[in-house]
This record gives sequence, structure tokens and C-alpha cells, in this order.
Amino acid sequence: MFTEENLRRVEEIKNRYPKPMAALLPVLWIAQEQFGWISEETMHYVGGLLGLPFNHVLGVVTFYTMYNKKPVGKYNIQFCGNISCMLRGADNLIEHLEHKLGIKVGETTSDGLFTLKEVECLGSCGTAPMMQVNNDYYEDLTSEKVDNLLEEFRKQAQR
Amino acid sequence: MSDATKLYAQNGDPVFPRIVLPEIPNLAQIETYESNGGYGALKKALSMDPAAVTDVVKKSGLRGRGGAAFPTGLKWAFMPKGNEKAKYLAINADESEPGSFKDRQILEFNPHQLVEGILIASYAMGIKAAYIYIRGEYYKWYKILEKSVEEAYSRKYIGENIAGSNFSVDVYVHRGAGAYICGEESGLMESLEGKRGYPRVKPPFPAQNGLWGNPTTINNVETIANVPAIIWNGAEWFAKIGAEKHPGTLLYGVSGHVNKPGVFELPSGTLLTDLIYKYSGGVIGDKKIKMVIPGGSSMPPLRGDQLEGVKMDAESLKGAGSAIGTGGVIVMDEDTNLTKVLLRITKFYWDESCGQCTPCREGTGWMKKILQRMYDGGGKVEDLDLLVRVANNIEGNTICALGDAAAWPVKFTIQRFRKELEEELASQERSAAA
Ligand SMILES: Cc1cc2nc3c(=O)[nH]c(=O)nc-3n(C[C@H](O)[C@H](O)[C@H](O)COP(=O)(O)O)c2cc1C
Ligand code: SF4
Ligand code: FES
Repeated sequence: MFTEENLRRVEEIKNRYPKPMAALLPVLWIAQEQFGWISEETMHYVGGLLGLPFNHVLGVVTFYTMYNKKPVGKYNIQFCGNISCMLRGADNLIEHLEHKLGIKVGETTSDGLFTLKEVECLGSCGTAPMMQVNNDYYEDLTSEKVDNLLEEFRKQAQR
Repeated sequence: MSDATKLYAQNGDPVFPRIVLPEIPNLAQIETYESNGGYGALKKALSMDPAAVTDVVKKSGLRGRGGAAFPTGLKWAFMPKGNEKAKYLAINADESEPGSFKDRQILEFNPHQLVEGILIASYAMGIKAAYIYIRGEYYKWYKILEKSVEEAYSRKYIGENIAGSNFSVDVYVHRGAGAYICGEESGLMESLEGKRGYPRVKPPFPAQNGLWGNPTTINNVETIANVPAIIWNGAEWFAKIGAEKHPGTLLYGVSGHVNKPGVFELPSGTLLTDLIYKYSGGVIGDKKIKMVIPGGSSMPPLRGDQLEGVKMDAESLKGAGSAIGTGGVIVMDEDTNLTKVLLRITKFYWDESCGQCTPCREGTGWMKKILQRMYDGGGKVEDLDLLVRVANNIEGNTICALGDAAAWPVKFTIQRFRKELEEELASQERSAAA
């Protein structure tokens, strides 16, 4: 299931730790990179690679919020709703996004383009309000900035 | 610009040294770091006896920057001396405490000073492998770290016989996946081992029984980034900077209702009011301050009229009825809705509680429910005592300090804003009766 390259990376990562179990989080990251989310089938597969029971892998996947337990939109919007961002208007921007995308927090648009989540502090409190989209941070947000970004993502998706 | 006098704050302004975030452009590049004298402290350390390195750190008075301000040299000295068992170092780059965004600055602007500090610490303690545990969301900084570690390997600062010595160590970057509790040191170790991040019961302490049952030290990013400068300039130099019992500089992150939020590297003991008015441009719209949380969301909040004269170091803040925590200062103006703030903070701890201890798991849920009711306008004056009772029942009765972190903001906000909250709740009761 993994590409040749990813299988090679798994071997290299296993060498970093005295026990193969420690490679679980990094290998789950590789899986999410390749498949976009972590299905039960993937969990069985990863367990097999590292010699871990399925239940252990399941327990780990469900403990950590960043592993997607179901497919997410092409743009996974994670808006910080914690205190410093809230003090600077995060609530309004989250509502604005819900309105703009026509979905509620926790949902994905029907075209599969956007998922909207509210997340905890992302370590950008000095540039609040802010959000993470896939791997990237977008800081000092206003409703105009958010609108422009959505436009930008829509254009990117068409290319 | 190659100004060799600036890295490690050498010859820097003794009153205003920039130890971990010197103003040198492109310092994240290894060429720049080296041309400014970087990795010189490592070479100096390698020429010393390992125990002497720990001694310098001990004498410098360096205390942990991860929240508890524990003396770093003492922590290192807890590690067993021999090599019967492999020893490990874990660097805490989980930075998830709401209001904290300081370690990220080091990862972005000065990653090699962190790597150099890791190597010096590893030499001092005889570490076999060091793992930098970075929160999953910090993808950009994870990439920067991976690159920095690779560069240091290729220049023989990491690996076998580093810098021509007979000391060998490996350094790896390990990415978390979204869980605040993995910043707690034993949760971090569980997570690194590939499990759920459930904090462990202590004792045993990590120096005896840490990663894979082996002796382990856990240190924060900022703590370790200070080490090269301390080794280079000596313990006495460091001990003279800032507050006597908590020396050095601190990275203060200021956020919330201020005009110019940001991270400022200043001597420990800097006045809280200076941080707000001098460095962060004062309160937006010149409003009054209702409340400040001085050290990240887990620390007891201070009332706006309690700020005068308060210094930002561990001892002074303890005296003022709070704690230094991560140095993340959250400023709230006079129009802030306290119930909303407490509800949001409590929701965070409820969300992030790992659920092992009943008082933490159930208590955070109860507090959230009561605060939600208050926020929705259905509160009663007696809810305040109820909240304090629930908070007291959590505090001190749990495996890890997340329990206290959840209890303090609620308990101390009620203690310090009792009148305002009572008035609000009394009016809620009146409108419910009408
Ligand atoms: C719930 C909780 C979360 C924590 N999160 C962090 C964190 O993100 N980063 C950190 O350095 N320390 C964090 N700590 C403190 C660590 O347990 C530990 O004390 C620290 O990493 C030790 O490093 P130091 O001695 O260099 O400060 C946390 C503690 C608790 C109880
Ligand atoms: S105090 Fe809370 S977070 Fe810490 S171990 Fe107990 S349940 Fe888990
Ligand atoms: S509170 Fe939003 S990034 Fe910290």
C-alpha cells in the first residue's frame, strides 16, 4: 500500500528508536500524507508494518486530533477559537466562514473543497485571529483577508 | 553583516542582552550561525569535563522555561553518572499552552542555538539520543528543525565523534499529532514511545525511569537555547542578568487587547506594566485593563488594579498571587466578558483532559456546564461557590498538573472578581424570576 519511497522512510524511521512502537506516530503521518486520512484498513496495514495490534493503532489514532478519521476537504481549515484569538474576534470570523461556506463547524462542503474546524491554541496568539489551512498558518486575519484566501483556494483548486 | 560580538550576547549591552533571539539577519542559516561564532560553545564544552559543564549550568541559576521554573542544572545532576543504561534527552517543543508562542520564535530564527544547546546538554549528561518533540501543527518549524539537524550532522556536530571528540550522540525530530497533554513531560514520553499521551504517576521520576524505562531528562526549547551562551560567557555573567533568583532573559509573549502584540526578549523581572505599555503599545483604544493572565492560560489571573509594580519572574509573581508559567501575558480590557473567558478556558481543559483521573475528567465537565449556564443567562449567585467547590476538588487530586491548570483560572477569577460576578448573577436571577 505504501509507495517504495515511503516504505524506505519507514525503515529509516524505525532505526531512530530502540522499539518499533515509537515509529507509530511518524508512520501514521506518512500514511495521512499518502492517503489524506486514516482508514481502518490503513490502521491494519500500519500495525502490520510495525508489529502492533490493531487495537493499539486504533487507540492512538483516536487520541490525537490531527489524524483524520474520515476524509477531509482539499482545504482543511482549522480556525483557532482559543482565548487570545477569541479576544480579537475569532468568533465572528468563524461565523463568517460558516456563512461563506454554507456549512457548520465540523462539516465539509458538498464539493469536497473545504472542511471547517475550530481548534485550540495554535501558538500564534500574537498574530490573532488566525487559522491553519492544511500545513500553513494564516495570521492577523480579517473578514476581507479570509474572503481573499477562499477565492485564492478556489482558483488553485481549478488549476 | 558578520558581527561576531552579538551571538551568545557577547559584549552585548549588559542591561539588555538578547541571548536566545539576537538581532542577526539570517541566523537560521548554518553559515551565518557559524560565521558569528556559533558552535564555538560546543567546542568549549567538549574541552571541559562533563560534570563541569553541568556545574556551570547549576551555578548560572538557569531555571526551566517550560512552565515550572525548575533549576536546570539540578535536573541534569539527577541523571545517573554511569553508562550501564542508555540515557535520553527529550526536548519539549510542544508549545500548546494558550497564550504561549515563544518557542516558535527560536525554532524559526535561531534553530542552531537550540541544536547546539542540545549537544552541550547531551555531552554533560552522557546522552545517547536526543528527541525533539514538536507539536504536529508546527509543520513549518518541524521542517526548519529537520533541515538544521541535517546540516549539523553533515558538519559533524552531531553523530559519531562530534567535532573531533570521542563523544557521540544522535538527534531526531519527532512530530506530535495534536494533544495538549503531550506537553506534560510524562505524557510526552508516552507519546514518543508511540502510545496515547497519558501522563504517568510520579515517582518514579524521568531521571530514573523515563523513555523506555531509561534515565531521561526533559527540557523546554527556550531553556536549552540558553545553554550555549551560559557555557560561552560563564555562570557569573548569566547569574547577574535580571532577577536574582530567576536570572537571565525571558521570552515574554504578549497577546490580547494590546496595540502591538508580540514576543519580547527582556531580562527576567521586567515590570508587567512595562511589557504592556512600553513594549506592546498599551491597550487598544486606551481602555482600562480588567484582567491579565501573566503566564499562559493555566496561571491565576490578576485584576487590572493589581498590576502596578508586579515584576515578571517566578518569585515576584508568586508574591503577587500568580505564577510565571510560560511568560505568555494575556491582556483583557474593561469590556471583556469574564464568564465568556472562563467558559472558553474551561472548555479547553475539558477538551484536553486525558480522562485518567475522575476529578479532572468530571470536574472540567461540571465547570463547563455551570459556566455555560451562566453565559446563557440562567446562572445563580450560588453557582460561584459551586464552581469553587468543584475547582478545589480537582486541585491537588490528580496525576498531572493539568488538573490544577483547569482549577486555577476559575478559582482565582471568582476570588478576584467576586463582586462583579455576583452582581451579574443576581441580575440573571431577577430576570429569571420576572
Ligand atoms: C498540561 C501541561 C502541559 C505542558 N505543556 C508544556 C509545553 O508545551 N512545553 C513545555 O516546555 N513544557 C510544558 N509543560 C511542562 C513540562 O511538563 C515540563 O515541566 C517542562 O517541559 C520541563 O522543561 P524545563 O525544565 O526546561 O522547563 C506542560 C505541563 C503540563 C502540566
Ligand atoms: S489531571 Fe487530567 S490530564 Fe492529567 S492525568 Fe489526570 S485526567 Fe489526565
Ligand atoms: S489563542 Fe489562538 S493561536 Fe493562541
